[in-house]
Amino acid sequence: MCVTCLVDQFFPEVGIATVNSLRKAGVDVDFPSDQTCCGQIAFNGGFQSEAKKIAERFLDIFEGESYVVVPSGSCASMIKVYYLELFQDDPVLLERAQKLSERTHELSEFLVNVAGHQNIDASYHAKVTYHDACHLLRELGISDEPRELMKSVEGLELSEMQDSDRCCGFGGLFSVKYPEISKAILEEKLRNIESSGADILVANDCGCLMHIRGAMSRQGMKQEAMHIAQLLSPDADRS
Amino acid sequence: MAEVKTAKFKKASSQAVSDPKLQNTLEHVMGHFIEARAGAIEEFGDESWDQMRERASSIKKHALENLDYYLDLIDRTIQKNGGHVHFAKDTQEANRIVLDIAKKAEAKRVIKSKSMVSEEMGLNKALEKAGIEPVETDLGEYIIQLADEPPFHIIAPAMHKTKQEVSELFQDWLRTAPTQDIKQLCIIARDALREKFSTADIGVSGANFVVAETGTVVLVTNEGNGRMTTSTPKIHIAVSGIEKVLPAIEDVGLFLRLLPRSATGQRITSYNTFVSGPKFSTDEDGPEEFHLIMVDNGRLNLMRDPEFREALKCIRCGACLNTCPIYRKVGGHSYGWVYPGPIGAVITPVLTNIKQSKDLPYASTLCGACRDVCPVKIDIPKLLLKLRHMAVEGDSSQRSVSWIERLMIGQWRKTVSTRSSIERATNLARFLQVVVTKKGIIRNLPLPLISGWTKSRDFPALAPKSFAQLWQEKFSEETDG
Ligand code: SF4
Repeated sequence: MCVTCLVDQFFPEVGIATVNSLRKAGVDVDFPSDQTCCGQIAFNGGFQSEAKKIAERFLDIFEGESYVVVPSGSCASMIKVYYLELFQDDPVLLERAQKLSERTHELSEFLVNVAGHQNIDASYHAKVTYHDACHLLRELGISDEPRELMKSVEGLELSEMQDSDRCCGFGGLFSVKYPEISKAILEEKLRNIESSGADILVANDCGCLMHIRGAMSRQGMKQEAMHIAQLLSPDADRS
Repeated sequence: MAEVKTAKFKKASSQAVSDPKLQNTLEHVMGHFIEARAGAIEEFGDESWDQMRERASSIKKHALENLDYYLDLIDRTIQKNGGHVHFAKDTQEANRIVLDIAKKAEAKRVIKSKSMVSEEMGLNKALEKAGIEPVETDLGEYIIQLADEPPFHIIAPAMHKTKQEVSELFQDWLRTAPTQDIKQLCIIARDALREKFSTADIGVSGANFVVAETGTVVLVTNEGNGRMTTSTPKIHIAVSGIEKVLPAIEDVGLFLRLLPRSATGQRITSYNTFVSGPKFSTDEDGPEEFHLIMVDNGRLNLMRDPEFREALKCIRCGACLNTCPIYRKVGGHSYGWVYPGPIGAVITPVLTNIKQSKDLPYASTLCGACRDVCPVKIDIPKLLLKLRHMAVEGDSSQRSVSWIERLMIGQWRKTVSTRSSIERATNLARFLQVVVTKKGIIRNLPLPLISGWTKSRDFPALAPKSFAQLWQEKFSEETDG
């Protein structure tokens, strides 16, 4: 398991929920303790040489694992898609990156397609709405799996918001480089969350979650923002 | 060349997001375009739509890879049809060619149908300077010509103007009575333009496609002004970017399906005009002289790089603008040059000045929505990333990233290079954050970059313990055992 920087430092409860959901699906979970970051922030900023160094380190750490599961659409995209671009001129590293890419999965997709757990034995009584994180949806093409998982949670009602596939305006560095534009985009997302009538906003990416949650708490909204793993793990069961 | 104001992106975009009227218009019009597009492509189903895009992409790619051959072919076929082909290296040369033709014909008035390349050229200003009256005849272009503004959107240049504003422009320029009735406004414009059509010496059009095999300029329009422009005056000049080439006439059908559906959500536009040269001696009407000006203006810089070459496939449908979360908030003028939105953020820096346009490639969340709608499958996020890479590691004409950012990323890289350094750094931050944290959130963080975040959003405090620590305490034994 690669927990991602945000989960590691800001949202460890998501990491715990990820471990629990995986274990529940009968998966043996290992956490290579040397892990740090996938390098996405540098890559997106145009700092390819810096990103390469971190990506190479990532390859070293995770190469031995049978699967790498990531509870984030954008970090999984970095590893699965962008590492191949990063190493396109280096045949040796490219081959290693290709192998790692094939074995890397985003959490919900792994649970459904690899572990074969469309039905998760969990119950959570709430009305939720789902935000399609951009990279999860458009780089990895994942939109059905998380919805399937949520539908299998007892007591959970999924109320789709309008334009669930529209960006929340995070975009990593974009959110601090262009705070006003980012905020304007986010406002639209908040309105759609509000009118879905859901109590909880669910997403599979802590970048989006941190962004949306940050505005929810600033504006004193009563809704919560949660990672999908938190609905699936027994710890999250509040029913 | 049209004035380049890309350096003002930050200022212009923050003004745009705080203009409620503009925000309202953007949401309304963009929403309409997106819905119309979705409706128009539904009949094909995802798979065949995707196949059509793939095919269009490969035709364009082929044409670009063999551009020298096709440009030469266009030169020959159009000459055979009795027309003239000119190649212009830059907008200055392109303007000069138009002015030479106009002077020879002693032209006083030029009517124009919509052409983005002529916007690049700043043709209207060049004509005015030479004492020739240019008149835009596309309704939207006519409105922004009266307002003296650049286009706001590739296919809807005056979408930001309300009925009221249009009425006011007409009152000022045409001395007409105020009205909010759209039909009435159209009639006013129609009457004003009618007179111009019948008295113009030259018609200037753009070109949606230029077919090499037959020497045909294809125009896709809705108002019929394109047909008037290309057939009423004695001289027709078409201006086109060199990338608009399609190899054969049979290729056009596919693009005529893709373009209007992606642009306005129409299955077909009201007028599809094919012009292959001046009128034949047996024709009763049509221009006596036909010129095609193929303009480079930096496109060869895109051509030279196989990745950037992809951007030349663009058929200017505007779909990427409509779906872009950024464009939908900042609108067209913020981008500071002729082409706004995602495709503008890619081509403007290369066609104008990379350093001056440094903010454009970063004005994106890389969400990928543009790539999904593009009818010729341009991977716009990839090209934005390429421009960002150039801003960091390119040559001196490309590097624009500040030393502070370089320092920060360098420091970040050192920190995440070992687990112990990340623990050291975050433990220090945990100690310091107490000062600014309340109930696990930070409302104001006076640090460079981050302060932008906390203006409108709370920032989470670092968790008391990292996941790595929790794993050690909670799970590692179970696993080890
Ligand atoms: S890049 Fe694609 S979507 Fe955007 S205007 Fe060009 S053809 Fe249309």
